[in-house]
Amino acid sequence: MAKVRGAVVVDTEVCKGCNLCVVACPTLTLALNRNVNNKGYHYSYMENPENCTGCTNCSTVCPDSCITVYRTKTEH
Amino acid sequence: MSVLTERINEIIKPENLVYAKSPLLNDDAMHYCPGCSHGVVHRLIAEVIEEMGIQEQTIGVSPVGCAVFAYNYIDIDWAEAAHGRAPAVATGIKRVMPEKYVFSYQGDGDLAAIGTAETLHAINRGENIVMIFINNAIYGMTGGQMAPTTLIGQITATTPNGRNADLNGYPLKITELIAQLPGAAYVTRQSVQTPAAVRKAKKAIRKAFEIQAKKIGTSFVEVVSTCSSGWKLTPVASNKWMEENMFPQYPLGDLKDSGRADADLYRIKG
Repeated sequence: MAKVRGAVVVDTEVCKGCNLCVVACPTLTLALNRNVNNKGYHYSYMENPENCTGCTNCSTVCPDSCITVYRTKTEH
Repeated sequence: MSVLTERINEIIKPENLVYAKSPLLNDDAMHYCPGCSHGVVHRLIAEVIEEMGIQEQTIGVSPVGCAVFAYNYIDIDWAEAAHGRAPAVATGIKRVMPEKYVFSYQGDGDLAAIGTAETLHAINRGENIVMIFINNAIYGMTGGQMAPTTLIGQITATTPNGRNADLNGYPLKITELIAQLPGAAYVTRQSVQTPAAVRKAKKAIRKAFEIQAKKIGTSFVEVVSTCSSGWKLTPVASNKWMEENMFPQYPLGDLKDSGRADADLYRIKG
C-alpha cells in the first residue's frame, strides 16, 4: 500500500519557539529542541521524523512562516 | 549519514514541495512576540495577494500599533497612516487610483478606539476598500493597557482588578456596529488559532479582496487574535484563553454578506 511520507524543514534562526506547530501537529512529529538558536529560542524540529505525513498543519499555524513542507508517496 | 537522515533527504526535494513561504514575504524576521497572530495574518494576506496575482496593484495602509512595521514584511506598496486614520488614508488612495486594490490593516486600539470615526464613516460611505481588523482585546504595543474591546473582568495594565463595566464601560462590538451600515458589503469575524481556522480566515480575506474588485462596498474582516505578552500567557495558553473567553463575546462567522443589496435600498430607482 502506498504510504504518504512527509518532512518539514524549519528555518531555525527565524523560529521563535512559540510551540504552536508542536500543538497543531497531529502525528506528534514536531517538538521543541533542547538547543537554542542565536536569539535564544528553543526552535522547533522533527523529533519523530518517521511520523510526518506532510499535512502542512504546522506551516499553516506558524506565525513566522519558518516551516517548509515536503510530501511524497512511497510504495513501502 | 544515518538511514533516517537519508530517508528524510529523499523526501526533501523540490518536486515534493507542498508548502513554502510566500515569495511576497520578505526575509526580515518579524519583530512580533512568539506566537503572535499578526504573523499568521500577514502571511495570509501575502498568500492571497500572490494567488490573485495583484502584487503590483495592491497598496496597504499600515496602522499605529504592533503592526506599524507591516511594510517591512510584505513586498507590496504601503502607506503609513497616523493613529486610527488608516481608513481615511485608504479612502484617499482608492479614490485617486480606483483600479488599485487598497486595504487597511489595523488593531483594536487603532480601529475601535482613536479611529472609530474614520472607520465608521469610511464604511458608511461604502468605500471600496478592504479593512483587516486584528482584535486582541488589549493595547499590545504600549504595554497591555485596556482597549475598548477588552473583556469585562479582564486584567490589563490599566485595569489591574479587571475591567469593571461601571467604571470602564462595556466591550465594544465594533464589527456588529459595522454590519449595520449599508456601505458594508461583507463583514466577517475569523480567528487563526487552529489550522482549520487559518484556512477559513484565508478564504475570508480572499473573498474580501474579490469583493473589492466588484466595487460594491467595504469588506471588513475581523480576526480575533491573541496577545500572549499582554495577556501574560504562553502562546498555547493564549489560544485556549481566547477560545474560552473571547469567542463567547466575539462569536466567529459571517455577520453580513449582502453585497450591494443593503445599499440599493437607499438608491433612487428608475
